[in-house]
Amino acid sequence: MIASRADWLLALPVLIPLIACALSAALRGRPLAQRAVTATAAAAMLVSAAALVVEVLGRGVIASQMGDWPAPFGITMVADLFAAAMVAITALMYAATAAYAPSDAGMRAEEGLWHPLLAALVLGVAGAFLAGDLFNLYVWFEVMLIASFGLLVLGGGRAQLDAAVKYAVLNLVATTVFLIAVGLAYGLTGTLNLADMARRMPEVPNQGAAAAVAFLLLAAFGAKAAVFPLFFWLPASYHTAIAPVAAIFAGLLTKVGVYAMIRLVTLVFPAGQDWMAPLLWAVAAGTMVVGVLGAAAHWDIRRILSFHIISQIGYMIVGLAVATPLAIAGAVLYIVHHIIVKANLFLVAGAIRRAGGSFSLAELGGLWRRDPWLGILFAVPALSLAGLPPLSGFWAKLFVVKSSFDAGWYVLAAVALATGILTLYSMLKIWIEAFWKEPPEGAVTVALAGRERWLLLGPVAVLALITLGIGLWVEPFAAYALAAGEQLTNRDAYIAAVLGARP
Amino acid sequence: MELLLALLFGLLLAAACYLLLARSLPRVIIGLLLLGNAANLSIIAAGRVSGTVPPLVERGAQALAAGASNPLPQALVLTAIVISFGLTAFVMVLAWATWRAEGTLDPEALRRAEPPALPSTDKEAAAEAETRP
Repeated sequence: MIASRADWLLALPVLIPLIACALSAALRGRPLAQRAVTATAAAAMLVSAAALVVEVLGRGVIASQMGDWPAPFGITMVADLFAAAMVAITALMYAATAAYAPSDAGMRAEEGLWHPLLAALVLGVAGAFLAGDLFNLYVWFEVMLIASFGLLVLGGGRAQLDAAVKYAVLNLVATTVFLIAVGLAYGLTGTLNLADMARRMPEVPNQGAAAAVAFLLLAAFGAKAAVFPLFFWLPASYHTAIAPVAAIFAGLLTKVGVYAMIRLVTLVFPAGQDWMAPLLWAVAAGTMVVGVLGAAAHWDIRRILSFHIISQIGYMIVGLAVATPLAIAGAVLYIVHHIIVKANLFLVAGAIRRAGGSFSLAELGGLWRRDPWLGILFAVPALSLAGLPPLSGFWAKLFVVKSSFDAGWYVLAAVALATGILTLYSMLKIWIEAFWKEPPEGAVTVALAGRERWLLLGPVAVLALITLGIGLWVEPFAAYALAAGEQLTNRDAYIAAVLGARP
Repeated sequence: MELLLALLFGLLLAAACYLLLARSLPRVIIGLLLLGNAANLSIIAAGRVSGTVPPLVERGAQALAAGASNPLPQALVLTAIVISFGLTAFVMVLAWATWRAEGTLDPEALRRAEPPALPSTDKEAAAEAETRP
């Protein structure tokens, strides 16, 4: 069979970074050529992801059987609105961090490894978003994991080794739990294809074992997503990575875990597991509260931002716990908003470090007087993170909080709102300390100027404009998220697209 | 056979948990290896240990002969073994680099990426604690 357009659209987001990874690894030692490869790959991926979104908007869920083995036996790649949006945002992150990275101070000696590892990370992430079966999801997780190990120790600082040990061990335990769950799920249903598993899971006679599988999978994905009792690897490691690495980690990695949780719960276990909603309720509340309190205790920009990743994950889990179409749409919108904003904040943190010489709030000061644009470019994602209108975070929070009010989950909505206030506190803390306060004695100051300034702040400005754009012109994004929510809560289209119209 | 595999799975899992909690990175790595092997056993067991006949479809037949083994779990386990091999190699190199940099393999003593005096309500003390060496 000749590959159709849908086949190509589903394969390209994986093929492009794969080729870029191989090429840039071969071109090690020639940074200009590597940069050209990465820039071309990022542009190509943006175009192919945009085409994928358009295709999915036009035709609904599309699926492709790689190697033309019929589902459920072959390798299936699927894209619905949610997956297509995630691939598009991955491509955007690829482009933004690739544009920022060459001018980052920590990057200079490491560029030869950065380009192939970044491409490998994007490969794993895009593959995980498009995977249509559970074992392939596991393999993509591992691709992502090994690339992230390499990226985390890039720069070779001693603190990074310490961080990498904790990151590696805890993540390996989580993926092994995932693998055990994959084996058990296969034993119960006789299939690994997610759509096929969705049909067969309710017919499994031993529903207790099905619940155990669901719990193991949720625990494994939850560890990836850094939810409340399983988040300890994140604050132990993220703050040590160099700025562009921290940005791509903060943007993408945990969200793959959330994506997998949403996919699993909406597709394979949409109903019939009555322990799941209370569990997700507790996890969501705990994640929000612990994350935001951890951030409040810290005085290092990157540590504060790392803890805020955790607290923001909680909002997405709120959407998943409530699980109405509006709530799922809120989770989708939240993920998209959060990836842009969080990666942007880590990029700004890198620029602050360059201009002020430190990540520690005590050693910073007076940045507003010296560089108001840096301040504005920090303020936009920071206020968006806290959920102030008219920025993207406001709409994402509105969806999530409204859906939990509609469902009668008032306590959870209250926790979400209180977390928003504490988020604002953390952001104001950075603002007052780094931008307003008089700089301390002996503070290092570097005037960001010329080419370096454009290269560092250019990607930041583009991401800030996107945040502002989503906030001011929210209609198409909200409509897209609502359509994605409808599609996720009504799984028949997904199953039909993968397995054909068979009964 | 499945009972035996299940018991072995439990044994490996218990040993892995014990080793993962040890205060020594080499033991933790061995724990990760055992955990990976426990996972592989669980896949083999979950795929039904049905027979030893090679899973080849006879000429003219449409399905596998009775008593044929299930090839899929073996393919899965093969993939998982390769992945776990690569990741373990990385972690071993990481442990070696940590040993060279820090002179210790006790995870409790590895605190370079941790803020020593937190949580703290005192701004100066907290900032002091977070300044990198």
